[in-house]
Amino acid sequence: MSDKPEPVFSAPWHAQAFALTVHLNETGRFAWTDWAARFGANLARHGLERDLDGGDDYFHVWLETLESLLEEDGSAGRAEAEHMRAEWERAYITTPHGMPVRLGR
Amino acid sequence: MPHDHSDPDHPHALLPPDPALRVKALETILTRKGLVDPAALDEIIDTYQNRIGPKNGAQVVARAWSDPAFLDRLRADATAVISDLGFFGRQGEHIVVVENTPQLHNMVVCTLCSCYPWPLLGIPPGWYKSDAYRARAVREPRKVLAEFGIILPETMAVRVWDSTAEIRYLVIPMRPEGTEGLSETELAALVTRDSMIGTGLARTPE
Repeated sequence: MSDKPEPVFSAPWHAQAFALTVHLNETGRFAWTDWAARFGANLARHGLERDLDGGDDYFHVWLETLESLLEEDGSAGRAEAEHMRAEWERAYITTPHGMPVRLGR
Repeated sequence: MPHDHSDPDHPHALLPPDPALRVKALETILTRKGLVDPAALDEIIDTYQNRIGPKNGAQVVARAWSDPAFLDRLRADATAVISDLGFFGRQGEHIVVVENTPQLHNMVVCTLCSCYPWPLLGIPPGWYKSDAYRARAVREPRKVLAEFGIILPETMAVRVWDSTAEIRYLVIPMRPEGTEGLSETELAALVTRDSMIGTGLARTPE
């Protein structure tokens, strides 16, 4: 393995999911040990199906863990999250190319 | 599928991939509820993208090579010493140093997920997070090391340390030969990220 610099996060959403999780931990939503236990269990479960690559695979499991945790503690329910995801998709599709994408209210 | 390049003929903004939209959804919901401060998220990303990385760990190793008293203090309480240097914070709560010797090579893994000494090494590389490394480092460390280009003599033992959310390890690689008289700054340049995980050795000066 070479030691040449590589990007810390290979996709912007990896960085965003990471930052969101760290921030929620620091503001006391959950303990890091609890996070690591849940995340580790999910990684193990997914890893049974096929070898995870440590990149996109890894962050998919990360995001899934975060979503289920926030659903359980009631801060972002599944239906609420799906609705908001659809809102964002609509915002992207209806925003002319080159314009900043904003959610409609 | 989303596009990752600019397309002048594209009528609308490029649609990010599904997980990116899901992250945005969570961020929006939590921000509106006052549970998340978007500026804090930007700060976290900036810190790990630009400010924290293996240079921190390399500085600790170079000092340990140069200053026996410092090494003694590291052995006794690495967390406190490293924190005194200003390398503290997330995922640095309990750090233990493990020293390579001519008889013993140390290497670090996190079989559970990807626990790692962030304040010293930044965010772990992809391979550290992969199933292949996490499963095989413990089972067949010599084979894994060989794939990293490290062939150890049979007489050298290999010890694998499994990090957890409570305890993280920093490998102090062996000081390369021919480095007598180098300054700490010069030494630090020889200390690679992989050498502090134990999947590499420190560079020899050219």
